Amino acid sequence: METLFFAIITLVAIVSAILVISCKNPINSALALVMTFFCLATYYVMLDAPFMAAIQVMVYAGAIMVLIVFTIMLLNIRVDATKKHSHKILLGSIIGFFTLINTVYILMKSHAAAPTGPFTGDMIKQIGHTELIGQEMFTKFLLPFEITSILLLVAIVGAVILAKKKL
Amino acid sequence: MGIEILGLPMMYYIAMVAKVLVAFLFVLLTVAYATYAERKIIGHMQVRLGPMRTGWHGLLQPIADGLKLFFKEEIIPSQASTFAFLIAPVIALVPAFMTFAVIPFGGVIEVAGYKIPLQVASYIDVASGKVYDVNVGVLYILAMSSLGVYGIVLAGWASNSKYSLMGGLRASAQLISYELSAGLAIVSVFMLSQTLSLNEIVNQQSSFNGLGWYIFKQPLAAFLFFICSIAEINRTPFDLPEAETELVSGFCTEYSSMKYAMFFMAEYANMITVCALTTTLFLGGWNGPFATVFPLLGLVYFVAKVYFLIFFCMWIRATLPRYRYDQLMHLGWKVLLPISLVNIVVTGIIGYFIK
Repeated sequence: METLFFAIITLVAIVSAILVISCKNPINSALALVMTFFCLATYYVMLDAPFMAAIQVMVYAGAIMVLIVFTIMLLNIRVDATKKHSHKILLGSIIGFFTLINTVYILMKSHAAAPTGPFTGDMIKQIGHTELIGQEMFTKFLLPFEITSILLLVAIVGAVILAKKKL
Repeated sequence: MGIEILGLPMMYYIAMVAKVLVAFLFVLLTVAYATYAERKIIGHMQVRLGPMRTGWHGLLQPIADGLKLFFKEEIIPSQASTFAFLIAPVIALVPAFMTFAVIPFGGVIEVAGYKIPLQVASYIDVASGKVYDVNVGVLYILAMSSLGVYGIVLAGWASNSKYSLMGGLRASAQLISYELSAGLAIVSVFMLSQTLSLNEIVNQQSSFNGLGWYIFKQPLAAFLFFICSIAEINRTPFDLPEAETELVSGFCTEYSSMKYAMFFMAEYANMITVCALTTTLFLGGWNGPFATVFPLLGLVYFVAKVYFLIFFCMWIRATLPRYRYDQLMHLGWKVLLPISLVNIVVTGIIGYFIK
């Protein structure tokens, strides 16, 4: 059952990922990207990480992509503005080809290892994914958490100053 | 009963399909008759009769409206971006229905010796008798409501019309700002509940014979959440995105026929979802006197509470005039957001000392 589900989701993910780069209209590309994010969230659920899945949809699909869609809309990019440049396509395909060879090589050489460390799947199911992340974040990784919050505060203040015409 | 498919009993599949159908039909029927109820209630509040001609006291009005919209001509503006224009109503409608997957609408009922928890995305562990559901239910709902904005933004942009674009931008700005305060109001609930699972949240409100609702512990959060939710679903007094006097009818100006009906349905489905969510988080869900003894009574309580809140929404619509746009943003960012932040801090301090 799960394998079948995985296959369907993978199919959707791959098709929408191809659509991201093949759509003529940038808005349609953005929509396809949202769909890809959604499929990634489904993978997180299947990997027993529901919190990550919810955050993936909320932050990436819900917040960041809305921002990108807004930008595309208000810049009002016309379809004919995206002209084809053959040398760019050539360069891109060469880089893509070598990346593919690289990825295949690494995949063939490596072997999948069982997850290591104290957090096993059973433990996550028992205690809960959200609880575990919360505990770690507010004990072990408290300093980086606080630094991130100060960084975000600076960003908010900066945005307000940029948006305000007179202070 | 002995038949098993993929390691799960047959009854599991039957129960799942039945639950999905029940929840779906409930939302669909309520959507249809909420439109009728809205016209009737507002009519009576304004000393009118409302629809009277179609059926007894106009009872067949939603069906007639549906048929009318179904047979209307589909118009796609020639300058519109066709794909986005077509998919926008679908994107608006689907998340509204998907939210219902995690809302518990009743306790555990027993059908032919098989226990079924009345919540779509849940199952019961037969050995321990414990109900498992989506353990990030609250986050799931927030995620779904953040997807709803796409439908509106796309509809506004794809129509290639000034009114639509303005309506779409207003709607999304409003949705994003009020989602924040609504989310923060929910935070103070799960500071009390210590869990994100909606089933657990409902169970924790079952004290005092089913009356230990969070609205008594968190009245401010309940108030904030309901206001922000009404703003999020673009209902009066926050229906700026479709202000007829300024914007024709906002982001759905260019839509006609069934696609317009889908936006209409999405609006009402969102209202039901928000009411169901408020019921679950603050009004004890299906809890009530004797709900644990008679599980079906829980279902009745849930539906009654949801319908009361829907009535409340309509009451507000009949009573209050529309906000101006800058007042709306001011209210969202400078009044509701600080209050909800203070509420979280106060909840934290009190929670620390009580424990």
